[in-house]
Amino acid sequence: MSLTNELITQVLSKYHTPNVENFHVEHDMLAFEVKKDASFEVIKFLKEDAEMDFNFLTDVCGVHYPDYDKDRQFCVVYHLHNWLENVRIRIKVFLPADKPEIESVVSLYAGANWQERETYDFYGIVFKNHPQLKRILNMDEMESFPLRKEFPLEDQGRTDKDDRFFGRTGPNC
Amino acid sequence: MSNSSNIKQVAPPAGYAGEGFFATKLSEVVGLARANSMWPLPFATSCCGIEYMATMAATYDIGRFGSERMSFSPRQADMLLVMGTIAKKMAPILRQVYEQMAEPRWVIAVGACASTGGIFDTYSVLQGIDKVIPVDVYVPGCPPRPEQILDGILELQNIVKNESVRRRSSDEYKDLLNSYNIK
Repeated sequence: MSLTNELITQVLSKYHTPNVENFHVEHDMLAFEVKKDASFEVIKFLKEDAEMDFNFLTDVCGVHYPDYDKDRQFCVVYHLHNWLENVRIRIKVFLPADKPEIESVVSLYAGANWQERETYDFYGIVFKNHPQLKRILNMDEMESFPLRKEFPLEDQGRTDKDDRFFGRTGPNC
Repeated sequence: MSNSSNIKQVAPPAGYAGEGFFATKLSEVVGLARANSMWPLPFATSCCGIEYMATMAATYDIGRFGSERMSFSPRQADMLLVMGTIAKKMAPILRQVYEQMAEPRWVIAVGACASTGGIFDTYSVLQGIDKVIPVDVYVPGCPPRPEQILDGILELQNIVKNESVRRRSSDEYKDLLNSYNIK
């Protein structure tokens, strides 16, 4: 029996309600939300269940939604891939703004190590039980989490850049 | 020595010539020797480095100006050419390379990124290498053509020719290095 979106939805709903919700198809891929405290458990299930068998973690990344409610301003997105059936799914976990913490999945997928470090580096999302959670791409001395919207894109120490030449002036200038 | 008329020799410095002797200043001779045998250290991180490769190759031939010997060790180099975007994480490495060079040493910032950060007006890019090391010549362009890089090297040769032999021990020079916190 092939692994269809309906089957995945059915199985997850059966075993993990109410921690999974909002199943929908986005860009031809099944996507759904998982409650933050259940994320590890659900991903573990998806990996280890014989029927689901999502053996490969394609990507972990973060998103910052400053306009959302306080308890869902950060999002961690996991892409899982079942190589045997060639089925991909996308899992979104929303985190609160004041304490963006989530369980690390490095113990399930070793490939998550650097991806979680990158997500920490750019968004300040803390992955609990990560073996070595420190910055990976930016310099260690950096104090901001640059992809959070409250931090300006530009280097504040710059002296010779004119905003007009970077398309950053208002419409009437 | 060949008598071929294709060989162009550097003109002698100003001085007094007489029968069997030529008198001039030591600093002029030293400047002449230094300027026409500079060993470049290419520090290439992006597209300006490709232009520099063209500058090194036969068509433009940096060897015509006495710089055909690329030094890929900072310890035997006179002229550091920084070509390309320098990320902030790269800045301490660039600084270390500069510190390993022996005096006298000169720096050319090739291209917009090395000079000012260029189009990368962003948190991760160093906004010009003069934030971490002193620069003698800036070559504009994105990327500059090999002619422009050669022009920058000739400009530096002018600086080297006219530099006082005492400059490196002057207080002004020490203050410059101190302002960059380079020992």
